[in-house]
Amino acid sequence: MVYARLILMRLFKAVIVLFLIVIFNFLLIQLAPGDPAAILAGEAGAADQEFLNQLRERFGLDQPMYVQLWRYVSGIAMLDFGYSYRLGVPVFDLIMDRLPATLLLTGTAFVLSLVLGIVAGSMAASRVKKPSGSIIMALALVFYATPLFWVALMSVVVFSVYLGWLPAYGLYTVGAGHTGFALVLDVAKHLVLPATTLALFFMAIYTRMTRTSMLDAAQQDYVKTARAKGLKPSIIQRRHVLRNALLPIITLAGLQAGQMVGGAILTETVFAWPGIGRLMFEALQQRDYNLLLGIFFFSAALVIVFNIITDLVYSLADPRIKKGAA
Amino acid sequence: MKKPLALAISAAALAFTSAALADDPKEGGVVNTIIQPEPPGLVLGMVQNAPTRTVSGNIYEGLLRYSTDLEPMPQLAESWEVSDDGRTYTFHLREGVTWHDGEAFTADDVVFSADVFHRELNPSARAVLQHVESIEATDDHTVVFTLKQPFGPFLISFEAGTFTMVPEHLYAGTDFRNNEHNDHPIGTGPFKFSNWERGTVIELVKNEEYYEEGLPYLDGVNWHIIPDGASRAVAFENETIDVLPSGTVENFDIPRLAEMDNVCMTEEGHEYFSPFAMLWMNNREGPTADKRFRQAVMYAMDREFAKDVLWNGLGNVPLSAFGSNARFQNDDLEPYDYNPDRARELLDEMGYDGEEITILPLPYGETWTRWAEAVQQNLREVGINVETQATDVGGWNQRLGDWDYDLAFTYLYQYGDPALGISRTYLSDNIAKGSPWNNVEGYENERVDELFNEAATAFPDEEREALYSEVQEILHEDVPVGWLMELGFPTLYRCDVQNLVTSGVGVNDGFKDAWLDR
Repeated sequence: MVYARLILMRLFKAVIVLFLIVIFNFLLIQLAPGDPAAILAGEAGAADQEFLNQLRERFGLDQPMYVQLWRYVSGIAMLDFGYSYRLGVPVFDLIMDRLPATLLLTGTAFVLSLVLGIVAGSMAASRVKKPSGSIIMALALVFYATPLFWVALMSVVVFSVYLGWLPAYGLYTVGAGHTGFALVLDVAKHLVLPATTLALFFMAIYTRMTRTSMLDAAQQDYVKTARAKGLKPSIIQRRHVLRNALLPIITLAGLQAGQMVGGAILTETVFAWPGIGRLMFEALQQRDYNLLLGIFFFSAALVIVFNIITDLVYSLADPRIKKGAA
Repeated sequence: MKKPLALAISAAALAFTSAALADDPKEGGVVNTIIQPEPPGLVLGMVQNAPTRTVSGNIYEGLLRYSTDLEPMPQLAESWEVSDDGRTYTFHLREGVTWHDGEAFTADDVVFSADVFHRELNPSARAVLQHVESIEATDDHTVVFTLKQPFGPFLISFEAGTFTMVPEHLYAGTDFRNNEHNDHPIGTGPFKFSNWERGTVIELVKNEEYYEEGLPYLDGVNWHIIPDGASRAVAFENETIDVLPSGTVENFDIPRLAEMDNVCMTEEGHEYFSPFAMLWMNNREGPTADKRFRQAVMYAMDREFAKDVLWNGLGNVPLSAFGSNARFQNDDLEPYDYNPDRARELLDEMGYDGEEITILPLPYGETWTRWAEAVQQNLREVGINVETQATDVGGWNQRLGDWDYDLAFTYLYQYGDPALGISRTYLSDNIAKGSPWNNVEGYENERVDELFNEAATAFPDEEREALYSEVQEILHEDVPVGWLMELGFPTLYRCDVQNLVTSGVGVNDGFKDAWLDR
């Protein structure tokens, strides 16, 4: 009952927030320099006035701004996101088309970074003054500080060009005609480099945070009590230290999960991964505003959903929080 | 760097000729190549940009093709006649040609494409069609174009990318832009559209019913979509990709890739477009409004250096407004050779006070950024106070469309004739805000307008030549824009891809004759 009310309240607020986001995004984009019709004409390499007028009329750009805003908002209310200026395809279809590839990449990276990060972090926490602990932390620092695109390019050079183990780009081998299990294996191979690249940075953050947070929790009185009770150190670490240390990690994981649909522009670009991040970057360059707004909307919606989920997970991990919320 | 590359090209050309003589073409195989950027659509005429031309030039066809010397060759028209007064063009169409859906290609398709489809949708075709009075199909395989007055470049306007033949039976009477067939283009060409996995690949397959005996040899062409330049270079390096069309990798990667085993390079196949890099100079205001300042900029730039260092020695430093692949070039002009002293004199003479001006690089990658840096340095050496302002494509378009710049890089296609590709930059009735491809610099000269307009419709060619000679003299003196380079955009390919570049548009229609020696 408490949960249901909590969720309902949050959903109600979410709709309002989303509505404000739609309006804010629309106005924000009006501030960007560059006229979509001029860019399309520019790309065509030739344009007369008639061509420009045709384009503006087609996109409704010849209308005053408040009319455009009204049309857009009323469209969104009926889940109609309009057409992409450049591609002439419904925005909703474009996003749905790219969503699976992006979720595969960001989802894999999410799980990978979370699991490995927590494992590495706990290991480092229980080896504070040992060399192995220092090595883990040094590595985490390196991955944290290295620019993503450099890691991406270097991993291509090493694993794809030099060693020839993994494909350098794409979602699958074009022209190979794989089906069934062979296709799954092929996609998995293509997934290794981009997912690892993307995961490294977050893994480093989780590692550092888990370690700090666990060391912090280990100082608490209930841990001393547990130790005094004579519990085994491994059980203390798992049940009392780690569980209490998880809260900040859940916060961070919620943030990362919220960004999953936004994709990973850099990783998707370097690895030619046909996901939403690339779609968004191209839409931005082309001033394909309908498409850009559509992606913003989906990203915002997902951030809100994951915020709600994060709050629920909090109360599972730490029952004290539920009382506060209720 | 210049020498070895030039040698590599001629060696490749030699190897290519001898191989072509020695072997009979082999059937089969799929070529993997790159398309960059991903095109917005594949229906030529509806979409005019470079990547669409490149992919769809293998799906669609025009009445004519053009050799690397820009001589017209038969395609859908097997022969043609021009009347003595230069006003009537009669095309005899090839018989037995079918669209990819099996319908017959006839003269009605030509009339529909030119008179309805392109007139409504296609600005480059419209520029030619304004000279056309009527288009008639006299029988199923004969089309007669009657012009209002002679138009010199008429015969060179029938390239597939500009004057595409589209199927009347699918488009007539429909809303062209929302036609259901736009997702699955139907042409007459050697390859059929098969599949477009957005963000990944566009696949073309062999047209088994193609009307030219034995062609094409290839089973298909896969156009991979890889957004990052370094990743494209890697894909070629690790042999996933067989052909890198011009402009798909950064210039600084080209020498490295060209030196690999089994890699050939050709500079041919860009003659029809012959991209001409220019420096827009705002003729309206600021120091650039003074002719002497613009001349000083020309003398201050070391264009040979840019060619050797940034463009690997490929391409050509132009004498003046007409490039080497445009016709009617006047060779008697005094070149603007690198001469900083002359530039300083001119600046002193006009009393340049060190007012700061800006330069906009073209937002098309690293080469252009570096080129802007080189020019900036050249200009500073003669005392011009210049700052670089970086923008993205949208910002660049807007700045030029609003005339909000002092100096700006660009490049324009020449389309084989001054009336198509060159006059548009200088004609005063081509001044209009909102487009980066018209008379952006704001140059106005009545005599130049007269000469260009007369030359476009003069007949025969000797008349045109005299008029164009005079116009070049005036432009050369006035320097409305800076003439930087005719760009050398080489195509790199595995040497076992044979017969790849056979026309003045290169890979845009090249896979028709290509075969794999594997």
